[in-house]
Amino acid sequence: MTARAAAGTGARTARHAADGALLRLDAATVRFGARTALDAVDLDVAEHEIVSVLGPSGSGKSTLLRAVAGLTALDGGRVLLGGADQRDVPAHRRGVGLMFQDHQLFPQRDVGGNVGFGPRMHKAPREQRQRRVAELLDLVGLPGARSRSVATLSGGEQQRVALARALAPEPRLLMLDEPLGQLDRSLRERLVVELRQLFGRLGTTVLAVTHDQGEAFALADRVVLMRDGTIAQTGTPLEVWQYPASEFVARFLGFENITDAVVTDGVAVTDWGRLPAPAGAPDGPCRLLVRPTGVLLSAEGVLRCEVAARTFRGGHVAVRVRPERGPLLEAECALRAAPREGERVGVAFDPEDIVVLRG
Amino acid sequence: MSALRTVDDRGARKAGGPQAGAGGRRAAVRAALMALPLLFFAAFFAYPVAAIVTRGLHQGGSWQFGRFADVLGDPGIRHVLWFTCWQAAASTALTLLVALPGAYAFARLDFPGRRLLRAVVTVPFVLPTVVAGSAFLALLGPDGFTDSLVGVRLDTSVWAILIAHVFFNYAVVVRTVGGLWAQLDPAQEEAARMLGSSRLAAWRRVTLPALGPSVAAAALMVFLFTFTSFGVIQILGGPTRSTLEVEIYRQTAEVFDLPTAAVLTLLQFAAVIAILVLHGWTVRRRESVLRLVDPAMTAHRPRGAGERALLGGVLAVIGLVILLPLGVLVARSFDTPSGYGLAFYRALGSTDGGTFSVAPWQTVGNSLRFAAIATVIALTVGGLAAAALVRRAGRLVRGFDALLMLPLGTSAVTVGFGFLIALDKPPLDLRDSWLLVPLAQALVGTPFVVRVMLPVLRAVDERLREAAAVLGASPWRVWREVEMPMVSRAVAIAAGFAFAVSLGEFGATVFIARPDNPTLPVAVARLLGRAGALNHGQAMALSTVLMGVCAASLLALESLRTTGSGEL
Repeated sequence: MTARAAAGTGARTARHAADGALLRLDAATVRFGARTALDAVDLDVAEHEIVSVLGPSGSGKSTLLRAVAGLTALDGGRVLLGGADQRDVPAHRRGVGLMFQDHQLFPQRDVGGNVGFGPRMHKAPREQRQRRVAELLDLVGLPGARSRSVATLSGGEQQRVALARALAPEPRLLMLDEPLGQLDRSLRERLVVELRQLFGRLGTTVLAVTHDQGEAFALADRVVLMRDGTIAQTGTPLEVWQYPASEFVARFLGFENITDAVVTDGVAVTDWGRLPAPAGAPDGPCRLLVRPTGVLLSAEGVLRCEVAARTFRGGHVAVRVRPERGPLLEAECALRAAPREGERVGVAFDPEDIVVLRG
Repeated sequence: MSALRTVDDRGARKAGGPQAGAGGRRAAVRAALMALPLLFFAAFFAYPVAAIVTRGLHQGGSWQFGRFADVLGDPGIRHVLWFTCWQAAASTALTLLVALPGAYAFARLDFPGRRLLRAVVTVPFVLPTVVAGSAFLALLGPDGFTDSLVGVRLDTSVWAILIAHVFFNYAVVVRTVGGLWAQLDPAQEEAARMLGSSRLAAWRRVTLPALGPSVAAAALMVFLFTFTSFGVIQILGGPTRSTLEVEIYRQTAEVFDLPTAAVLTLLQFAAVIAILVLHGWTVRRRESVLRLVDPAMTAHRPRGAGERALLGGVLAVIGLVILLPLGVLVARSFDTPSGYGLAFYRALGSTDGGTFSVAPWQTVGNSLRFAAIATVIALTVGGLAAAALVRRAGRLVRGFDALLMLPLGTSAVTVGFGFLIALDKPPLDLRDSWLLVPLAQALVGTPFVVRVMLPVLRAVDERLREAAAVLGASPWRVWREVEMPMVSRAVAIAAGFAFAVSLGEFGATVFIARPDNPTLPVAVARLLGRAGALNHGQAMALSTVLMGVCAASLLALESLRTTGSGEL
């Protein structure tokens, strides 16, 4: 309940209550012995929304999915689906879908048997079931795979079958646990786009768990960042990327240019010198983040640095420079403009890319 | 990637732990599953055994613990104890010596007929001891194979017993050790050789330590079976050689000295518990980290003179120790005084012999019927027990696991006689019931059912069940849709083992089978106990029939079995 008291969250809760949030977690708590895997988590997911839960391993994101699915019992708080408390509702009556990380296809059934399993459990008549299987196999791009054995499927095909199987009983909420975790990079990037288009077309409500920020940002309308069983930040991918709420979030997203600062009258005093503070930053000591795009390498830069390393990142070069004072800085450079290792450069800072971090 | 999965699995399992609300429900389900097996064991194992011990030691209103000193002081009994121990140790050593090369050959060498031969060497394990006894009598006894061939009779020497024990337990070693050997990654040994070990040193330093616990487990199993050996000793031991089990039988059924029998029963009980505890410990150690691979990947065609000689030796041993006795038994059943023919088989159809009030042939029907009922009971009890034990849990449940093994080592004679004296009054008055025989047989069959089904059930991924649940399957549907298709093969194998073991059960059945309704092994023993070529020939013929039934059910099983990683 504590986090709910925060002003912004309170407003959103009121709105969702009016909309009738499809999924609501209300101080949901799960403990494994002495460890608290889920610590009084509040979360709303609106109908048709795609939410990604992002966090390092052990942050409680899989437990969150399992608690919603009814596979792990809560030690405190509530899970509501469509406004109804799910306390005494067993997993098979919750009407949610869960796609497992390693798919967990039934090995003794063929593709059609796997996809048709859910409708069969819901007592759908045979013709309707077969129509649904064909429809879904078309949808995931595997037409005619009905009678293939699941052992003959490639990783990507298994993933598609698992998706079709999860969608087949028309769950009101589809949950994905590291849906693309085991696939290779190029396939992953292609599938994530396909998935987003597909969910948009079907109007599916999705709660997906991943440890890959790229995947989360590409898939989701809203991202929830978890740490030690609590929610560290939630917002649109752009909001989270632009304004990480804490040093933890910033570092998890891969930002490294973080240092102590003291803000006075719009100026932040740091080891790297006097930097322009973002508008509205309160006076006093804080932690300060400079995004790599805001570290400008030029001859005129006031802060003198030596280039320590450079790494090609496809479209740009990540350049690490060692300032005359303060911790290492990472800058993002265009391919042609990148200086060589050992070269001496000056650094200036773009106020647009400076963020004050909480906590 | 797989390491990640293991961590996840552990998380999933923990999620169902005692803290979770679902945990309470799960414990309740487990208790419900365990209820019937516990009741079964309490009524048909603990109660009869306790009854017979009480009858022996509780006399004149007080416990006669002084009997322990009397019995242990008796030189005759001391001789029995000594013989029981040393013949078991010698049998175990000889079995390991003979069967370990076989375990290697079946695990690592690829030769034509390997699967069939693997099934064949398992036949003795489920063969009634009485049949094996008669086979060895035919092989080594008077006018036997060796007698007529080289003039050597071994039935009076201890070698007959030892060889018969090897015959029985060859499969235990091949299956327990070979099953693991086939899955050991040869790359480990190769890595040792790349680091400069010789071939022998690599084997000694890498493979042997990995196999060690499974060799120990197999050895303890063989020791358990030979320590409690009954039928073999009865037939081949002669008047001077007697194991504890045989002595219990003698004291109970011939001397009617129940106090002595009770003391011996308790002694054997203690020894068996010690062996089982040791066995449980080695098996748990075996579950430690080993790199296992698909057995199909490790086998290769024999290479070089050494491996070909090894394979030849293994095949020769199998031929001599396993195929020859079985062959001689079959041959003897046709070898009538008037030349080879079916006379003994024909005699099975008549009551002329006077041994029974029914024709020996009818015992086949009795045995099949009893064994079928015993199989149903063993599958029900064992299946429920296995289901309760699927999720590993605390010490209490492990104790339940060990309890299930106990009937394998407890004196069958005690159980049989216990049935007679305990189950003859209300509330359990089964004195005149035919059900006594299948109940006693099921007691022996149940441990096999649990041993076969448990590893398979444990191998079903918890998350496969969860996947089905999330798709809308109720717990009962999950069991039917996910578990059953995956374990149906194991159920068939368990049923086959239970059936074969029930078919051959002798020690308990001999007490409780009614004279007008004997089972096949009981009939064989009675025929062997009577003089005359016709009786002896009929025993051989009946044994051949029994062997045929056992072998057929086992071969049917082997075709079901894909990999041989089971313990038995």
